Amino acid sequence: MTQPVLEVTNLSTHFPTRRGVIKAVDEVSFTVGQREIVGLVGESGSGKSITGFSVLGLVDPPGRVVSGSIRFQGEELTQLPQKAMRAIRGKRIAMIFQDPMMTLNPVLSIGTQMVEAVLAHDRVSRTEARNRARDALGMVGIPSPEERLDAYPHQFSGGMRQRVAIAIALLHRPDLIIADEPTTALDVTIQSQILYEIKRLAQEFSMALVWISHDLGVVAALADRVLVMYAGRIVEAGPVEDVLSQPAHPYTLGLMQAIPSAVPRGEPLRPIPGMAPSPLARPSGCSFRDRCQRATEICSAEPRLDILADREWRCFHPNEGRAA
Amino acid sequence: MTALSFLLRDETTTGRLLRGIATSPKALVATVVCLLLFLAALVGPWITPQNPYDLAVLDILDAKLPPGSESMNGMVYWLGTDGQGRDMLSAMIYGLRTSIGVGVFSGIVALVIGTILGLIAAYYGGRIDALIMRIVDLMLGLPTILVALMLLALLGQGLWKVIFALVLVQWATFARSARSAALVEKNKDYVEAAVTLGIGTPRILFGHLLPNCLPPLIVIGMLQVANAISAEATLSFLGIGLPITEPSLGLLIANGYQVLMSGEYWISVYPGLLLLLLVFSINITGDRCREILNPRLGER
Amino acid sequence: MSVFIIRRLMQSIAVLFVTAVVVFLGVYAIGDPVEMLISPDASPAERAQVIASLGLDRPMWQQFLTFLWNAVHGDLGRSFVFNRPTISLILERLPATLELTLTALVIALAIGIPLGLISGLKPNSATDEAIMTGSILGFSLPSFWQGMMLIMIFSIWLGWLPSTGRGELGSFLGIQSSFFTLDGLTHLILPAINLSLFKLSLVIRLTRTGVRETMPLDFVKFARAKGISERRIVFVHVLKNILIPLVTVIGMELGSMLAFAVVTETIFAWPGIGKLLIDSIMRLDRPVVVAYLLVIVSLFILINFVVDILYSLIDPRVRLGEQS
Repeated sequence: MTQPVLEVTNLSTHFPTRRGVIKAVDEVSFTVGQREIVGLVGESGSGKSITGFSVLGLVDPPGRVVSGSIRFQGEELTQLPQKAMRAIRGKRIAMIFQDPMMTLNPVLSIGTQMVEAVLAHDRVSRTEARNRARDALGMVGIPSPEERLDAYPHQFSGGMRQRVAIAIALLHRPDLIIADEPTTALDVTIQSQILYEIKRLAQEFSMALVWISHDLGVVAALADRVLVMYAGRIVEAGPVEDVLSQPAHPYTLGLMQAIPSAVPRGEPLRPIPGMAPSPLARPSGCSFRDRCQRATEICSAEPRLDILADREWRCFHPNEGRAA
Repeated sequence: MTALSFLLRDETTTGRLLRGIATSPKALVATVVCLLLFLAALVGPWITPQNPYDLAVLDILDAKLPPGSESMNGMVYWLGTDGQGRDMLSAMIYGLRTSIGVGVFSGIVALVIGTILGLIAAYYGGRIDALIMRIVDLMLGLPTILVALMLLALLGQGLWKVIFALVLVQWATFARSARSAALVEKNKDYVEAAVTLGIGTPRILFGHLLPNCLPPLIVIGMLQVANAISAEATLSFLGIGLPITEPSLGLLIANGYQVLMSGEYWISVYPGLLLLLLVFSINITGDRCREILNPRLGER
Repeated sequence: MSVFIIRRLMQSIAVLFVTAVVVFLGVYAIGDPVEMLISPDASPAERAQVIASLGLDRPMWQQFLTFLWNAVHGDLGRSFVFNRPTISLILERLPATLELTLTALVIALAIGIPLGLISGLKPNSATDEAIMTGSILGFSLPSFWQGMMLIMIFSIWLGWLPSTGRGELGSFLGIQSSFFTLDGLTHLILPAINLSLFKLSLVIRLTRTGVRETMPLDFVKFARAKGISERRIVFVHVLKNILIPLVTVIGMELGSMLAFAVVTETIFAWPGIGKLLIDSIMRLDRPVVVAYLLVIVSLFILINFVVDILYSLIDPRVRLGEQS
């Protein structure tokens, strides 16, 4: 097996607050192989975005990575000095954010924001940088890119802005792109275009992709492998077809039964009862047990990670289909 | 008393303010200094070594004595004397009385007028709102000192004229804050409930909206009092504020200005320090309260 | 852009017209123009002559037209004391005031923005605490007393700088100013510091608030994800966003500085329009007071106009929004 692009082991990212420590990311481990598309799924507050920011070293203070290891192409990122980390950000790992309305600086032209991204890593002339910016805009399907370089973010629609953000992420042909719900804030029709675009470009440039989403449907259409996150932990992982056809963890099953389009006609939607536990007061043991129909006495103990071939889950009572 | 009823009812706001002040040493010291100065102003005539405006006790031979000098009759002028042989310390405490009195009085009048207009603007909306806010914007766009200066240039000196000028330049700030606070409150359920129940407009305005808008307004009021004290001192210094018969700290400083060059620094330095201490301590306290009431900027 | 400028110009003229009406009403309708505008020492013949020239015997609307006509032609009456047109008295003193005000503004910005940045980037640190307390002190120092203390310390005790007057003027490119001689500059320092201190505190607070509001925004994080240096983020991305509110407020505050120059000029015997105003008030030279008011309001309007244009240059949303 070739070396994975990203190897995260026992990563914990905590936010100390006055009312206690929030364990936003709690002992999370996963890998992303070369050219692999990994979907990271969970409800809001599950820690999926913080996981993405932890990889790039962009967790907002007072939060910080407290333990664990993040290896990117064999290089340990958690101990890297700021300067070396900056050389990796945007160059070898790029990120696309959720709300395209907020990610571009409103008072700087698109060209300025793209050129600075080129110049941050490569010693080239301004003209050269501008040319690369223009080409990148063309690549993501923005018409007349040369003129659009002088435009400002407010002159673009949401979908177009997200294309600009993708173009910026692609400027340096990174080995890994972390996309944090890049389609959530967009119209449905635009969503699928962007989805398709990113998938195409990832394949074209042989990039690995971590796609963070709360939408299992989107991940199903896109990813090779899926990681399901709940309350700061990964509760299930595996190839996307297997996990979706035979979910092991009751939470994954719950997520699937809550998607309107995934439930056959006539069958009722079954929302997951209750709410995700407060990050300050997570129950001991399995943090899903309060909402889980199969929970028993044993669930108040910490479930260990069960591994079977390419599947993993963290549950005492996995789905019948898998338990065999 | 109704104006302060939130202090009794709204436990959380008052509690928050008190706790916020108690947990910041800086604010605590400022609050204590503030209270002491107000107390000194209140009991001024009973604690001063002499009545500085009783010409019978002044001795011109004692004029311009440096701090610590002893008078003929054995009294020590701790902060020196002015050109008329007046004990500076006594004059300053009397000045403090005038300054605080003018500042607080004009602040309260401006608060009442501004709040009423702001509540009316918020409650009725539409044309009334537009008209009031247009005037407010105009007033806020003009520099305070210029408006007061022009007014006093037209009206002439005098205690009530100064108060009038200070109210005129301050009410707009209260009106704007009261309006925005009331607009937030207006959309809350309890106001709608009151309207549905057919409770009269004045009662809704003053019985329901006002108590809930009051805490931020009182904090703004504190900062405005500091501004008013400063503005009055400036006007008096320029010679168009209070008349000689109502000597405020500003006038004392102005008297010292003429002899500053010849080395009699104490006549202007000490009243100035007192003025600074007063305004500074009010501002620190007010700033802390604002921080607590406005959590967006005050998450200390 | 030009449409924008023309529209603003029309608005400015409207405001000026309203001011003229207010001033006219204040002097002619509420007060007694004969008493206001004619020296008490004037002989009956002189009175009759002035009444005729101002048309005080004619109906109100005709008087207003005369007033307006005269004002448009730069005739704002004659000073009792100097027996010269008030407008020339004001115009010959205006450069001294502008010189003082602009210097004070530059000082406030040059010191205030860096201090505000330091404060805002390290909120709640000891440095921040010190800077913020200092700025409250700056707000609290009564301007006139602060000026006296500057004179006492730097002129009387230390003897470093002159205490009063404007000093020698130098000429450069046909402009007469204190900037061009050493003597002029030494005379300028204390009054300029005196006038700037209050605004300095304001600039510090505005900058700090701006930094604190801008730093958590997504585009800052996105810029970091691009690998942009922290320096460029602060000085380009954040600062350019802060400049927008800063310019607006400074525009308004420049007007108030012109007004506050009255205090500074009185203390430092600076021969500008502020000192002229106070002297005229003391000497009951009312035509000068009226003329001062009209000139200063015109200046306010001019400043607002310039600020609006500046604003549109900084903020692409305003600039391009007007175009379409």
